[in-house]
Amino acid sequence: MNSAETSPRTETMLLNLGPQHPSTHGVLRVWLELDGEIIVNADPDIGYLHRGIEKMCENRTYHQCLPLTNRVDYLAGEMNNFGYVLAVEKLLGVEVPKRAQYIRVIMAELTRIASHLFWLGTSGHDLGAMTPLFYAFREREQIMDLCELAWGGRLFPCYFRIGGLAADLPNGFEKIALDFVKSFPKKWKDYDNLLTKNRIWIARTKDVGVMTPDEVLDWGWSGPMARGSGVDWDLRRDNPYSSYEDFDFVVPLGKNGDTYDRYLVRMQEMLQSARIVQQALEKLPPGDVNVDDPRVALPPKEKVYKNIESLINHFLIIEEGIKPPAGEVYQAIEATKGELGFYIISDGSAHPFRVKIRAPSFVNLSAVPKLAKGRLLSDLIAIIGTVDIVLADVDR
Amino acid sequence: MSTAIIEKVKAQFPDEVVDTDEFRGDTTIIIRPEKITEICTLLRDDPETGFRYLSSISAVDYQPASPRYAVVYHLYSHGSHQRVALKACCADDEAPSIPSVVSVWNTANWHERECYDLMGIKFVGHPDLRRILTPAECEGYYPLRKDYPVRGY
Repeated sequence: MNSAETSPRTETMLLNLGPQHPSTHGVLRVWLELDGEIIVNADPDIGYLHRGIEKMCENRTYHQCLPLTNRVDYLAGEMNNFGYVLAVEKLLGVEVPKRAQYIRVIMAELTRIASHLFWLGTSGHDLGAMTPLFYAFREREQIMDLCELAWGGRLFPCYFRIGGLAADLPNGFEKIALDFVKSFPKKWKDYDNLLTKNRIWIARTKDVGVMTPDEVLDWGWSGPMARGSGVDWDLRRDNPYSSYEDFDFVVPLGKNGDTYDRYLVRMQEMLQSARIVQQALEKLPPGDVNVDDPRVALPPKEKVYKNIESLINHFLIIEEGIKPPAGEVYQAIEATKGELGFYIISDGSAHPFRVKIRAPSFVNLSAVPKLAKGRLLSDLIAIIGTVDIVLADVDR
Repeated sequence: MSTAIIEKVKAQFPDEVVDTDEFRGDTTIIIRPEKITEICTLLRDDPETGFRYLSSISAVDYQPASPRYAVVYHLYSHGSHQRVALKACCADDEAPSIPSVVSVWNTANWHERECYDLMGIKFVGHPDLRRILTPAECEGYYPLRKDYPVRGY
């Protein structure tokens, strides 16, 4: 007796997951072809949040692009600003003062913790673990408070500027930040207690979405996604930028390349980020936070008020913008979700000729159909969660 | 190291390398588009270069210059932590096309779809060349081209 005679229906079913679905972390739609509960084919339909940021950048001055870039991955706006300003500074051939580099590292690593906490809360929530969300957001809120202290906002900073920072850290920031990172490992233990040995969590994540190291390279995965499979690669260590070589940190690695290992990697990364922030705060050098170059950074306000030359420089940067030499650069940073690259072509004018954003979420998401094939529908939710996508980052 | 990479490509494909460029420590090899798949395979499989990782593929519109379109491949080596960019200019300004490198890296699939979607470059041999970010109905419109207006179309 063949199976066609016994089963009443043999055709596959098409199912639409999203675009509005809590587990898709934004507006992602996945076309699913299902055989019962088994996924035969999954095809992500993206672009709902495409705002044409690359196109918009071509019609703005270099400074005006800054608020656009932090809307790429809105959970880690700082990171996108970081990549962008580093790329423009590379184009200009300037290096910001040590103090600015350290402050950038502090803010970037705090953002990494905040972004990983957001991932922890939401992807736990996707798989039915309600509680981690509350604990994760408790600490994330503290980081948001630190952000408000530094630049007056929560998600869209523009605190990093081309040639330095918008301002130095406010009084009292260092102490509050130091208290936070020192107390963080203890609070981290709460999340660890909730999930790491949780039987349901392990059952939902172990051996789900397995990637071998070779597949990781083939599919272009980076960041915690690659390290979960044991690919020992971290741009902060291997291609250091912004003085990362001054800090001592470990690059955590997974073994099996499954969702559970990527969870462990991200958990450890939060602790390492807290370590980096602590070192940076303790070693924070004194000095200026902007390069002393009137063609790149705005002169200090007191000089603008009293000195005609500084007033003119200020005026020129605002009116005309900065004009990097013609050329092209690619600058990648280790963002929260992987390699964030900015490829900028300058034609010597005040507007970038082309800005290409290599968004980690976009690349990481492209491997989801491969991982979903042959798995249960419920595994897809775990896989989308583990990729840690931000749809604004995917669509740009 | 970067000269070693250039020499390697030149030795294997003497007619393909048009020019090289070094700017702020970034190496770009400008090549002809026809043998891009073979060049990428060489750079990926050669143990000395070991560019097993494709970071991104970008399309550039140089209007009004000719050749108008260029495709840029950013490669990374996990062994030497080096980057190299390959730039290939598409011969036809009206209907730009270039061979696909999906057979070399699976990650190229979405990158090439994005270039096709936003710049209208056809990747010959791509298994599934559909629009990816903009709706399928936008037939004939490629928003990243320089002649596409920023607002009001």
